[in-house]
Amino acid sequence: MLTLAHFLTLGAILFCLGVAGIFVNRKNVIILLMCIELILLAVNMNFVAFSRFLGNLDGQVFVFFILTVAAAEAAIGLAILVVLFRNRKTINVAELDDLKG
Amino acid sequence: MNGSLLDSVNIGNWMLIAPELWVLTMTCVILFVDLYIKEERRGIIHLLGMITLIFAAIITLRGGYLEEGATQAFAFNDTFVRDRMGDVLKAFSYLVLAGVYTYAKFYMRQFSLFRSDFYTLSLEALLGIMLLISANNLVMVYLGLELLALASYALVAFDRGSQRASEAAMKYFVLGSMASGILLYGMSMIYGATGSLDLAEISTAAAAAGSGDIILLFGMVFLVVGIAFKLGVVPFHMWIPDVYHGAPAAVTLFIAAVPKMAAFAMAYRLLQSGLGGLHVDWMQMLAVLAVLSIMAGNLAAIAQTNIKRMLAYSTISHMGFVLLGMLPGTATGFGAAMYYVIVYSLMSAAAFGMVILLSHHGVEAEKLDDFKGLNRRNPWYAAIMAMVMFSMAGVPIFVGFFAKWLVIKAALDAGLMWLALLAVIFSVVGAFYYLRVVKLMYFDEPLAESSIEAPVDFRAAISINGILMIGLGIFSSALISVCMSSFT
Amino acid sequence: MSLTTTLILIPLLPLLAAIVAGLLHKQVGRAGAHWVTILGVGASCVLSLWVLYQQMYEGLGTQDITIYNWMISDGIRFQVGFLVDHLTSLMMVVVTSVSLMVHIYTIGYMAEDPGYQRFFSYIALFTFSMLMLVMANNFMQLFFGWEAVGLVSYLLIGFWFKRESAIFANLKAFLVNRVGDFGFLLGIAAVVYAFGSLDYADVFGRAGELEGKTFSIIPGLDWQLATVICICLFIGAMGKSAQAPLHVWLPDSMEGPTPISALIHAATMVTAGIFMVARMSPLFELSDMALTFVMLIGVFTALAMGLIGIVQNDIKRVIAYSTLSQLGYMTVALGVSAYSAAIFHLMTHAFFKALLFLGAGSVIIALHHQQDMRYMGGLRKHMPITWLTAWLGTLALVGFPFFSGFFSKDAIIEAVALSNRTGSEIAYWGVVLGVLVTSFYSFRLLYLAFHGSPRYTVDAGAGHHPPDGVLQHEPHESPAVVTVPLILLAIPSVIIGYFTIEPVLFGGWLSDAIHVAPQNDVVAELGTHFHGPMAMGTHALVTVPFWLMVAGFVIATLVYRFRPALADYAAMKLPVLHRLLENKYYFDEFYQSAFVRRSIQLGNGLWKKADAGFIDGWLVNGSARLMGNLAARIREWQSGYLYHYAFAMILGLIGMLTIWVIRS
Repeated sequence: MLTLAHFLTLGAILFCLGVAGIFVNRKNVIILLMCIELILLAVNMNFVAFSRFLGNLDGQVFVFFILTVAAAEAAIGLAILVVLFRNRKTINVAELDDLKG
Repeated sequence: MNGSLLDSVNIGNWMLIAPELWVLTMTCVILFVDLYIKEERRGIIHLLGMITLIFAAIITLRGGYLEEGATQAFAFNDTFVRDRMGDVLKAFSYLVLAGVYTYAKFYMRQFSLFRSDFYTLSLEALLGIMLLISANNLVMVYLGLELLALASYALVAFDRGSQRASEAAMKYFVLGSMASGILLYGMSMIYGATGSLDLAEISTAAAAAGSGDIILLFGMVFLVVGIAFKLGVVPFHMWIPDVYHGAPAAVTLFIAAVPKMAAFAMAYRLLQSGLGGLHVDWMQMLAVLAVLSIMAGNLAAIAQTNIKRMLAYSTISHMGFVLLGMLPGTATGFGAAMYYVIVYSLMSAAAFGMVILLSHHGVEAEKLDDFKGLNRRNPWYAAIMAMVMFSMAGVPIFVGFFAKWLVIKAALDAGLMWLALLAVIFSVVGAFYYLRVVKLMYFDEPLAESSIEAPVDFRAAISINGILMIGLGIFSSALISVCMSSFT
Repeated sequence: MSLTTTLILIPLLPLLAAIVAGLLHKQVGRAGAHWVTILGVGASCVLSLWVLYQQMYEGLGTQDITIYNWMISDGIRFQVGFLVDHLTSLMMVVVTSVSLMVHIYTIGYMAEDPGYQRFFSYIALFTFSMLMLVMANNFMQLFFGWEAVGLVSYLLIGFWFKRESAIFANLKAFLVNRVGDFGFLLGIAAVVYAFGSLDYADVFGRAGELEGKTFSIIPGLDWQLATVICICLFIGAMGKSAQAPLHVWLPDSMEGPTPISALIHAATMVTAGIFMVARMSPLFELSDMALTFVMLIGVFTALAMGLIGIVQNDIKRVIAYSTLSQLGYMTVALGVSAYSAAIFHLMTHAFFKALLFLGAGSVIIALHHQQDMRYMGGLRKHMPITWLTAWLGTLALVGFPFFSGFFSKDAIIEAVALSNRTGSEIAYWGVVLGVLVTSFYSFRLLYLAFHGSPRYTVDAGAGHHPPDGVLQHEPHESPAVVTVPLILLAIPSVIIGYFTIEPVLFGGWLSDAIHVAPQNDVVAELGTHFHGPMAMGTHALVTVPFWLMVAGFVIATLVYRFRPALADYAAMKLPVLHRLLENKYYFDEFYQSAFVRRSIQLGNGLWKKADAGFIDGWLVNGSARLMGNLAARIREWQSGYLYHYAFAMILGLIGMLTIWVIRS
């Protein structure tokens, strides 16, 4: 029997994977975008689980909003990525260090 | 309080969000108009943007929506709230954005960037700001926040040919998305603990549960981090210097001046309206963040040679002061923080306005050295910049002093003696780099002798903006009482 | 025009004029700058005279008007308001009229200076600040005016900022005044502590509450609260009014242009301390100890600074030391509770000292910025108006009967004689001997500058920067913009004492502002011996001070008119005294070694490059060295790498979670 705790643990693991991916990855910016999606999915998992166990639909409605916004976010992210690549001919995270200090 | 379907058709709901509807409509209109006008007639877009702001202000300030004896009015099943704080912050958002448009038009013309995207994107961001200010539900907070954030990411990359701008946009995007992920994670925990997304219901549940509910507190920590990122306080400040530096000055101006007011409103709604019952818990976190920001912001600013970065670090320390005002969780404290954030917006608008003013021949005046000998070139502009710097440093008579004084007093009243003392010490440290700018302007030889040209609306705006620094200081009581009376 | 509007306009017009002249200097041009400031200050002078007239003849009472409530914090009101009683209106007239004369004079004096408009802007700004100071009805505004006049004074001392000595003088004035201001601020803080109010009316109305209250700074050592407040406030006055030992900045401030020396460092700003103490008389009356302190500081300054004046060769410095000494007289008067005598002397001194300074300025222009009296002499025939007015000013200064200075100085000496405060005997001998000293250095100045044979030579081919004592052309009388103010100032210097002594001192005219405890009221006692100014003037012939003045004149005449060698002989015979005076009692050296050198060590050699000025040498390099490492370290954290930023955020999140865990 899956309890709320199982779902929350899964959500937490996904969240941590996403967050860790952002600072462990030093190569490709696209992986960062994927990590961000992962974080949002972890959140969705939490919301759905809570909603199911609380017997309250609000959480699931929120998930729809998050999914929609995540799509928009990915669009913007990819657009910036294209601009970045066009300007710098690289999408290597470790080379994004002109601005510092 | 689940209203029926009919309830949402209720005309009163739509009246309450009239300013938002107006801004949304005009954004679409501008988007549309841009398709049909020639490039040399882009001035129309600017005009439409200004008209949008003026009417938005009229609609917002018309008032009359409150019932007898009420201080708030709700719409759409309580997801949206109108109150005095919201209206004042919105009105100042319009005002500052109008200033931003005036400064930015000059900048964009010079740098051949005069496109309608700036207007549509910034109006969308404004819409996000307005929703965030009026949000009374976690969904609404998230939507407002994302609307603001997505428009801001795009704005930073507005100059598509710039390497620095695209790098800044990417950094902003990744960190911002991560921060909203963290915020959402916190929201999910709070939803789980209280069973509701409505801030009023969360407030009741949180007050009942108190500090004993682990999930609730866990969620609160994530929420505080999300807010801290939006305000840009240490250690969630890393995006600020790079974005301020990398973005075109017009966009930096926008990002520095306007969204901070929304961030303050968000912090107030989430922490006070929602989690007011956990005040003792979030207070300590804010205290740590405030201390780190005031210290690190002021210290790092000293080492800067780029004025955009210097102002970025100064922003970080200012946001520390805003937190200082929010710490006590009292009405006067929030009033002081609100006053501070409004004053900050006006100050940073003027400061970046000066950066834009000195830019010429497609080169931004982002070096501190560009301000050398400004007094020799034009004493009036030097006087404006000096007033802005004095105000930021918190020299008495200037408006910035009252802002600092009020938040420090709020902290003192709450018994946070050591925090107040630290704030005073580091504002003295901070005074150093502000006064260095004044010194450069008045005592150094100018690098360029060229006269400074600007269109008449720019000159008028920057003059008014500069005079406000001292005018609002001398006549400070009006704005202070407006802010204080927003929290009763 | 309502009274309130008039009162607002009085300080506002000079402020507006200053803004126009300062910010729009390109648009208004040189002539525009002087016209706008002169009109502004002139209008404010006329309005001040009107207010004074209303109070003298139309029975206008004390006005206490709050213009604007700035903020209310913990029940303490911060406000802008005007308290206009007889004391204020008198000060307003003195300030605006001297300022007007100086404005006109400046047209001639600064005619060739590139900073012409800036200068006018500063002096108009100064007039505004000084008016705010004297018209204040609360401590906060007083402090604002106090700092504002100080600020303008620093700006003006350093007006010729390319001169190294001007920068040093500027720095010195700034630092010394900080000491005074610190005391002043503590005094105001103590007032707030004691009364919970910043309002004059409120504080003075409840002054009696202070009686018997004590305050322990060090546990176990109780001070009278009134004494603490008054001494702190007086320390502020010592800084601003240049009383020993905080006097060292005033002689150096002569680096500023001469009109400034007349306006700020003789007639108005330096008297702010005197005015402030008189204004605070209800508080000072409560503490005999504080008043004794005031009196002793005053008498030391009056005598010791006058003595230094004897050995100075720079014409402006002689007058500067004379100013110090006269300020000492005023302070003594305050110390013996003769506040009205102090204010009376303040007024007459403002006119005759401004006259002397402007006269000195006129000489300096004629000699192409030669200030050393060793290269003057015989100017009488070249500049008759300057010579005549300088004589009139000098006679007023030394207290020749019927001249304005006579009445005020004699009143002070008599008041000291009548006082029974501890130590007033010493004070009496101090002020009486001071008359001899004053007379000697004043006539010495006249002889060295105007009489005898010229000690300069005229050489048309000497070039633009001739050596000392060589001029390109014969000196000639200054233009009308210079001489007219001299004449206009000479008139009050001669007559004003005669006409005003009766109302100001004995007519109770200042009694609405000044409160004197009955047992201290020496001026009232003096009044019983007073039978009109005529009688006072003739009676002087049988008093000690008169004959001491004559003795000073005789000695000066003997030494500097007939036997110039005597001066060197005296210097040779009294080497210790001479060296002591030449080195101004080693005050500067003492401060150098006691404070400055110590802070140099402390600042780790920060001052080595003081030639780059205060900001460059001290603020930038010093703080950069102090904060530099820290700032650079913090800067390194901003590495530019996205993953570092994300990592910092995660660390922050973990930190926040830790705080939460520790708490629960």
